[in-house]
Amino acid sequence: MTLTLTKEKLVEIYMKMLEIRFFEEKVFELYAQNLVPGTIHLYAGEEAVAVGVCGNLRKDDYITSTHRGHGHCIAKGAELKRVMAEILGKKTGYCKGKGGSMHIADFSIGMLGATAVVGAGIPIAVGAGLSIKLRDTDQVAACFFGEGASNQGTFHESINMAAIWKLPVIFVCENNLYAMGTRQSRVMAIKNVADRATAYGIPGEVVDGNDVLAVYEAAQKAVETARKGEGPTLIECKTYRHKGHSRIDLAKYRPKEEVEEWLAKDPIKRFKEKLLQTNTLVEAEIQQIEKEVSAEIEEAVKFAMESPYPAPEEASEDVYA
Amino acid sequence: MRKISYREALREALREEMRRDPTVFLLGEDVGRYWGGAFKVTEGLAEEFGDERVRDTPISESAIIGAAVGAAITGMRPVAEIMFGDLTALAMDQIANQAAKIHYMFGGQVKVPLVIRTPFGAGVNIAAHHSQSLEAWFMHVPGLYVAVPSTPYDAKGLLKTAIRGSNPVFFCEHKLLYPIEGEVPEEEYMVPFGIADIKREGADVTVVATLYMVHKALNAAEELEGEGISVEVVDPRTLAPLDKQAIIKSVKKTGRIIIVNEDCKTAGVSAEIAAVVAEEAIDYLDAPIKRVAEPDTPIPFSPPLEQYVIPDEKAIINAVKEVV
Ligand SMILES: Cc1ncc(C[n+]2csc(CCOP(=O)(O)OP(=O)(O)O)c2C)c(N)n1
Repeated sequence: MTLTLTKEKLVEIYMKMLEIRFFEEKVFELYAQNLVPGTIHLYAGEEAVAVGVCGNLRKDDYITSTHRGHGHCIAKGAELKRVMAEILGKKTGYCKGKGGSMHIADFSIGMLGATAVVGAGIPIAVGAGLSIKLRDTDQVAACFFGEGASNQGTFHESINMAAIWKLPVIFVCENNLYAMGTRQSRVMAIKNVADRATAYGIPGEVVDGNDVLAVYEAAQKAVETARKGEGPTLIECKTYRHKGHSRIDLAKYRPKEEVEEWLAKDPIKRFKEKLLQTNTLVEAEIQQIEKEVSAEIEEAVKFAMESPYPAPEEASEDVYA
Repeated sequence: MRKISYREALREALREEMRRDPTVFLLGEDVGRYWGGAFKVTEGLAEEFGDERVRDTPISESAIIGAAVGAAITGMRPVAEIMFGDLTALAMDQIANQAAKIHYMFGGQVKVPLVIRTPFGAGVNIAAHHSQSLEAWFMHVPGLYVAVPSTPYDAKGLLKTAIRGSNPVFFCEHKLLYPIEGEVPEEEYMVPFGIADIKREGADVTVVATLYMVHKALNAAEELEGEGISVEVVDPRTLAPLDKQAIIKSVKKTGRIIIVNEDCKTAGVSAEIAAVVAEEAIDYLDAPIKRVAEPDTPIPFSPPLEQYVIPDEKAIINAVKEVV
């Protein structure tokens, strides 16, 4: 990773990654205390992907997200307290408690929503790209999805469509090696999802998804290409989820050595070391940032916990516009 | 008699049929040795039958069902699992246009002995994409059978019938039923399609219910018994074929009918059953037909919202009291 960005930008990137990590740790803690209804899919370990990509996006750019979507929301600039409130099922959440952890959206910042149907967000990003083209603006749309999702028809149909129409879409595959208990090698005859780009005539690139600056650089190039009207890119970020697939999954299907190897490649730890080594930040500044982020998370939790649940009858609202 | 869970009953049916017939095999996402199915129905089967016959698939619902159809018309008996009922939407063409129509469209040349297992139902706060009850979609497709077992006994017996049959069967399960225990004999038995089961006899009101709603109907019946109202609970067990005669027979006895189902009310399962009663048994009715179903909304996430939309015992009791 090279450090060509301003200190301000580097700090912003670091803070965003920490926000996601601390947020997810808090969600896990609340889940363990039975305060989170339903299920959770934590993003811890994959922070560099969302932050590296969204670091290149403007507020009016779009993203689509997945069941593992808290990190995407936060990276795109969603308010922590309203994300947390949604996860707890509160009226003050982004979706008034209708969506929950797997279905958060904030249209005011171009976050077009998370879908719990694997692969379903990909064509929606293509639609956003089509709309950008028809409206003739220089926005872009990025979609996040797992390597598991890249075996859905929607992935193939979407990339082909974006390619033929040269749409401003960035396809971001978060390859964390497993889809639930299924290792990639058991469901794909190729090593790199990015290789599939060739079949559709678009650029495909593999990056170290635990190196936030590598992701940033790859996304920067893809975003520039898209903004210039030169079409879509597929970026595959090799990464790893720190926890199991969802709530109670202990991920026993992952070899211990593999988990340890990836934990050692923790994207936040690596970036922090880089910032310290290059004297971009000193230890005291890091600690200050950590303190600030912790306080933000506490505030978000307090807001969410103190917020009311929606009234039962609200279930019938918003079915039609 | 021994008691086992609904989950174990399904697993026993799969195991027995796989032992009996080497053409039976399972496919689906994470059905194999690493997970054993999202709801653990297939746990342990890969260990016994191997990864070839208990086959983990990519996340490709359309190809899972398509591949099952292709295998079914060429000599195999696939049992495909779709992890959540909502996700059958991704495979709808293969289910409704291919599996269901091949026998008819090709003039009866080939059979499609295929089972699609999937869980429906709300109640665990997993929101709009993982909680629906969509049985009615599949009832609407000629050529498909639709099974809706509510007990471990029915689950095992119906699944065995489904696997041995000659037609595509859409086999509905319910998330909240998996841990429920019930009596299941050690010896082999089958539950035929198109034969309803009277889950409780009664004289004043007929309540037709399926899947998890059968249990809520039985709870409601118990409570109403204390108030001197005798409820008969009829469980169709398969929606296609539908045992119209059993429903009509019960209506002739009670003169009143409540239909309870967990899907949205409009054009739902209860609409079809109500229409059958209206067409064929209206003269026996002493009160209007009542339906208890979900309001026409997606399933919301937040617990108070979700509880509001799922039909409960109180709604059933209220409906009964409106007609007696
Ligand atoms: C269409 C569809 N099929 C199956 C599921 C069940 N499911 C939820 S997450 C998941 C694994 C997804 O893997 P991947 O796309 O790699 O994302 P990851 O969970 O690894 O982030 C599965 C199978 C679903 N939600 N939607």
